[in-house]
Amino acid sequence: MKVFAVAEHRFGELNPLSIELLNLANKLGESNAVVIGKDVAKFAGELAKYADKVWKIEDASLENYNPELYIDVLLQLFQKEKPDVVLIGNTAQGAEYAPYLAVKLNAPIVTDVVGVNATNGLVASRFVMQGKIMVDLKIKSMPCVLTVRQGAFKEGVQKSGKIIDAGIKPSKPAGRKFIEYIQPEAGEVDITKSNIIVAVGRGIEDAANISLAEELAKALGGVVAGSRPVIDNGWLPKDRQVGISGKVVKPKLYLALGISGAFQHVMGMKDSELIVAVNKDPEAPIFGVAHYGIVANIFDIIPELLDKLKGK
Amino acid sequence: MKIIVLAKHAPDPQSEVGVAGDGKSLSLGTAVFDINDWDRYAVEEAIRIKEKMGGEVVVVGVGKNEDTLRKCLAMGADRAIKIPFEAGLDAYQTAEVICEAIKNEKFDMIFAGLMSQDYNNSQVGVLLAAMLNLPFATAVTSIEIGSGMVKVKREIEGGYQEAVQLPMPCLLTIQSGINEPRYVSIMGIKKAKTKELKEVNIAPKKSTVEVAKMYLPPVKKAELITGDPSQIAKKLIAILKDRGLIG
Repeated sequence: MKVFAVAEHRFGELNPLSIELLNLANKLGESNAVVIGKDVAKFAGELAKYADKVWKIEDASLENYNPELYIDVLLQLFQKEKPDVVLIGNTAQGAEYAPYLAVKLNAPIVTDVVGVNATNGLVASRFVMQGKIMVDLKIKSMPCVLTVRQGAFKEGVQKSGKIIDAGIKPSKPAGRKFIEYIQPEAGEVDITKSNIIVAVGRGIEDAANISLAEELAKALGGVVAGSRPVIDNGWLPKDRQVGISGKVVKPKLYLALGISGAFQHVMGMKDSELIVAVNKDPEAPIFGVAHYGIVANIFDIIPELLDKLKGK
Repeated sequence: MKIIVLAKHAPDPQSEVGVAGDGKSLSLGTAVFDINDWDRYAVEEAIRIKEKMGGEVVVVGVGKNEDTLRKCLAMGADRAIKIPFEAGLDAYQTAEVICEAIKNEKFDMIFAGLMSQDYNNSQVGVLLAAMLNLPFATAVTSIEIGSGMVKVKREIEGGYQEAVQLPMPCLLTIQSGINEPRYVSIMGIKKAKTKELKEVNIAPKKSTVEVAKMYLPPVKKAELITGDPSQIAKKLIAILKDRGLIG
């Protein structure tokens, strides 16, 4: 199988997921990396260690990611090279343009893939129901596009691939224009610096209950953080969000209260030294990452903890 | 400003869900269904723009149940299009029937939720953009409308955002948290009864993927701390003390 993996970079750094795409590509057949940008020599050199071939697509207009220009140049390359499988990182960038590219390639697409089996046709595995259930999807025609979840293909082989200048430029200017990247606002507390984090999720139910988590955090000598629903509701500021689109934390204790454990959140806290999760749903995915689990209503547990911590 | 919004009636993944006996579909017996959470934000955003600038909000739903479309009308959408096709995991089919259903609609923007809360594909919006050759942006966290164009911020990793500008017509997928969606009022429900809900029968022509197997993920499970709340608290504090995390 001829596999093309589209690399990703931002702020001068190659996203390590690009290498994971090549690990999968090498399992499936001939591995080709594609790297798009203004000056991508540095990235091409790094990718060549894991790919049979690296295709460079360079142009001044490609300095910042633009989905229309990426699709334009990739279609030109794929028309010539005819891939069987196109791999793209399931990131804010990859997940954005991959479905559009798939339509233009007349290719089936499976997103957020964590496993691939090629023994009898191509079958891609992914989660549904925010991590509670898995599904194997049989892909009905080739070529196909897969977006790949971070961390699913960490093991791979080394190569020393050939770097090729694809000689491709965007065929027309894009309708969508890049303006700027906006930095996260710094908050009053940097949660990444705290040894103990009391994190709350949708199970906290109401803004008024945040104070309960704060009280517990204070008693434990830690800080309060939250998962996406809590931030979306405005119950905690954005700088307290743990997850891919927020902060990655590695405290000594991560106490997850009423957090279901969506992948987006788990990637922000899975490397904590000790994870304790309290959730009333015994099937909540958070119990797959926690060291200790408590299947209970958080409002039954928090007051008991407070009583015993204060009375010690 | 005319905005088409896609809204899915979807089960809450935090309710009890499992795999059906056929090993290929979800068992949703007691699951709670409602408007997909991301779509709720998308509908709210469209209604806010209409309230400010005038125009029309048309909501489109795929599936036989019309509770979510009625809810959107009660929130303030002007009319609804229902496509009574029970879509599965093949998002291409969902996009294909929507594309056909709106082919005679003129619009300035299409909004979709970033993803559905049940299948989490994050595909339908962008597939539709491709079918209609529209400029697009995903995971949008703010929208500022200019003359013939729109400036948006979209969420990327690590707390960063990307600001981009798109010409209209265009398609945006909306990230949760962009606004504070309104509750449905009694007045809204009354008004909704007089609003148009048109049913359009369309079947997809193509199938791109099929479910081979559905199953519970093989995960390692946490060691459970059990007992009544007081015993649990006691045991947990002992663990934390043992590890030197508290004095």
